[in-house]
Amino acid sequence: MANYLLEMKHITKLFPGTRALDDVNLQVEEGEIHALIGENGAGKSTLMNVLSGIYPYGSYEGDIVFDGNICKFHTIKDSEKAGIAIIHQELALVPYLSIGENMFLGRERGNVLRVNWNETYHKAAELLSLVGLHEDPHTLIKDIGVGKQQLVEIAKAMGKAAKFLILDEPTASLNEDDSKRLLDLLLRFKRQGMTIIIISHKLSDIEYVADKITILRDGATIETLTKGVDDCSEARIIRGMVGRELSNRFPSREKREGEVILEVRDWTVYHPLNENQKVCDNVNIKLRRGEVVGISGLMGAGRTELAMSIFGKSYGRNISGTLLLNGKETHLNSAKAAIDHKIAYVTEDRKTSGLVLGMPIRENTTLAMLSKVSHNKVLNKDMENQVAREYADKLRTKCSGIDQQVGSLSGGNQQKVLLSKWMFAEPEILILDEPTRGIDVGVKYEIYLIINQLVAEGKSVLILSSELPEIIGMCDRIYVMNEGRIVGELMQAEANQERIMATILQSGKGA
Amino acid sequence: MATKNILKKNTMLIALGVVMVLFQVLIVRGDKGSLFAPNNISNLFFQNSYVVILAAGMLLCILTGGNIDLSVGSVVAFVGAMAGTLIVTKGVNIYLSIVICLLLGAAIGAWQGFWIAYMRIPAFIVTLAGMLVWRGLALVTLGGLTISPFPEEYTRYFNTFIPGADASKATVFRTTMLVAVSVCVLAIALQVFSRIQKKRKGYAAESIFLFLFKLLFLCAVVVAIAWLLGLHKGIPVILILLAIVVFIYIYYTTSTVPGRHLYAMGGNEKAAQLSGINTNRVLFGAYTNMGFLSSLAALVVVSRFNSAAPTAGTNYEMDAIASCYIGGASAYGGTGTVGGAVIGAIFMGVLNNGMSILGIDSNWQRFVKGMVLLVAVAFDVISKKRSKAV
Repeated sequence: MANYLLEMKHITKLFPGTRALDDVNLQVEEGEIHALIGENGAGKSTLMNVLSGIYPYGSYEGDIVFDGNICKFHTIKDSEKAGIAIIHQELALVPYLSIGENMFLGRERGNVLRVNWNETYHKAAELLSLVGLHEDPHTLIKDIGVGKQQLVEIAKAMGKAAKFLILDEPTASLNEDDSKRLLDLLLRFKRQGMTIIIISHKLSDIEYVADKITILRDGATIETLTKGVDDCSEARIIRGMVGRELSNRFPSREKREGEVILEVRDWTVYHPLNENQKVCDNVNIKLRRGEVVGISGLMGAGRTELAMSIFGKSYGRNISGTLLLNGKETHLNSAKAAIDHKIAYVTEDRKTSGLVLGMPIRENTTLAMLSKVSHNKVLNKDMENQVAREYADKLRTKCSGIDQQVGSLSGGNQQKVLLSKWMFAEPEILILDEPTRGIDVGVKYEIYLIINQLVAEGKSVLILSSELPEIIGMCDRIYVMNEGRIVGELMQAEANQERIMATILQSGKGA
Repeated sequence: MATKNILKKNTMLIALGVVMVLFQVLIVRGDKGSLFAPNNISNLFFQNSYVVILAAGMLLCILTGGNIDLSVGSVVAFVGAMAGTLIVTKGVNIYLSIVICLLLGAAIGAWQGFWIAYMRIPAFIVTLAGMLVWRGLALVTLGGLTISPFPEEYTRYFNTFIPGADASKATVFRTTMLVAVSVCVLAIALQVFSRIQKKRKGYAAESIFLFLFKLLFLCAVVVAIAWLLGLHKGIPVILILLAIVVFIYIYYTTSTVPGRHLYAMGGNEKAAQLSGINTNRVLFGAYTNMGFLSSLAALVVVSRFNSAAPTAGTNYEMDAIASCYIGGASAYGGTGTVGGAVIGAIFMGVLNNGMSILGIDSNWQRFVKGMVLLVAVAFDVISKKRSKAV
């Protein structure tokens, strides 16, 4: 029997309403690089959070055996003590502190009354040379690139005497050269006896470094492939990632397509803070009346940014390109202008940018179109009541009454209130960003019915979703987006999960 | 459950009642007169008129997201100085002076609002700067001296009573009660009318018991106050001004589109923006309005003290902010009512007044007020946490 450094046995983790992990088993041998792969929401990050103690012992079922001992991590500090270090996709560095200060944040050298800066920077420099980063440790984090920041994180982990490294999407924001350098570093660590788990969407990276690949799907382990033993081709991996059956979870609708109502030409958007980063790159899309179009892509593909920049330039800077509504070039410079031109954007994050949680259902429903329930800026509360009740009934929102605070509703019902708000704005074009995120299956179906009803009324819908079955099940036409660019367009008939995944992954390799 | 909710919603009103009774007991036992002496009630209105006005404006600022305005005391001093210079020194027409002062206040507010809303400089910093700037200008305008007295022609709009000073005692009482009763009748008529409308359209209305209780309570308070005022000199003109201001701002916050925008912005600015609300304009409006109300308060204050002093308005911003928080406004914005802020202002006023009658050292008075503010807000925060946990 092989010598397993880590065994995770029958891990089950429940979140309110969903089973994030369902009887997951993972075995990692000492001194190997083990890749964890799966779609968004497959449970990769959750599993790693369980391992590193972010979800404490007792909040999940099952056992973690590390180095022969059953582990009961209560905090991330416990797992660090055992020698496990996790590097998250979003780097946890303080931009206005120096490299050295960041590396010893929370473990400052010296004592409470006096930090030993000489030791701090000396040690930091040693660790930096270990990862091959030749920077002065006095440099501020904000002044070095993302690739180097990633290396600082790794050096920081090395400083904690980690023997087990977890990297969550380490190359997601790196360019080709930096990625290569990072992966080579991992291979060198491996030769020195380090054990590594790497989570990545980039199959080329995985092919390059991984000894074993474990595929997760819908919170369960599907299989573990060993390099040199099993077939580790891309096609094989993709099949493992998406190989679920499409059951009849999507209501059918009559096809009816009219003229082009929305067209976006050569749309380029830059990141609001980082002015050299293109978030959307030369995007061209069309939407016809009565059509449901999907934009598929992984997290960070630029879908939300595209939608928000169309919706009255609510995101990004230096937006260039042409927006045509009903064939006429239109400039939308504010959310208000977009709403006035009958566009609605239903945000992916209903809690932080969709609803006013402290307000009742009634006031949230009318917020985007108060002019319809007011006269000379004076609200007609009777009318508002009536409208709110009408939509609550129509969408079957479960609530104690329209004066219930939205914050106390369940996720699915909050989503319905958000939809009511935008349906009340009477748009011709609805952009739905992750319309069913965090909602249970029954309510999902209801939301699909609502979408179909809107289409039947002659409205057009643009769905942004990272759930492939949803995109395939609901959309007449699908754009595939990756790294800010549209990399493919598929009709419903020719779309399947393998094709979409392959389009994304191949485009990533070419870049 | 229902009664519990009603109690919870009106905690401050109940606390106000308790504090009043407490002071009354202490004052009567100490044989120092009565909190409810006719002239004292009249005084309460005069003493706190400026707090009520400022609290209404401050509430709008706080609603936008916990932003406060630290400059109001200095604005009161500066606008007061302008009023003194125009009316007393230069002898400019009174009405013209009033208009100029109000416009000046709005302009000051707009200036600060510009930096806060469009340049997005934190309100705390902009108004801290304003606190120094306007106080400085007040000192410059007055040359460090106090201007007084104001002509009777001006002060009569703020300091007098209805009916006039030469009316007989009986006429005073009768007029006051007549006004009070008409107010009650009007209120009852409006409430009953809106209830009938609600019922007819099939909307949910509160229980008949609660409805009657509320109306009765309101009328009882109005009549009781009028009774006491009638025994003194009648209805202070300032009370009418206050009633108008409070009514307008209650209406603005609860029944108009811009009012709704205030709450939406404070509740979730991002969601408000994506709903097509120009949040910059909302913020700008709140601060411009604060400047306007500060100048109104300045006009009231110079009349009450019958002088324009460079030190006028010191700590007024603190009184206004405290009133809002005691009245249940959230320090993070999005919740709070004008009515609550007014109750908070009265609460502070009663504390001041009661402690003064009891002869408590003014240094200790500050201590007590500070503790009351802390306890009131802590109570609110903790009770909210608990209700969330359940």
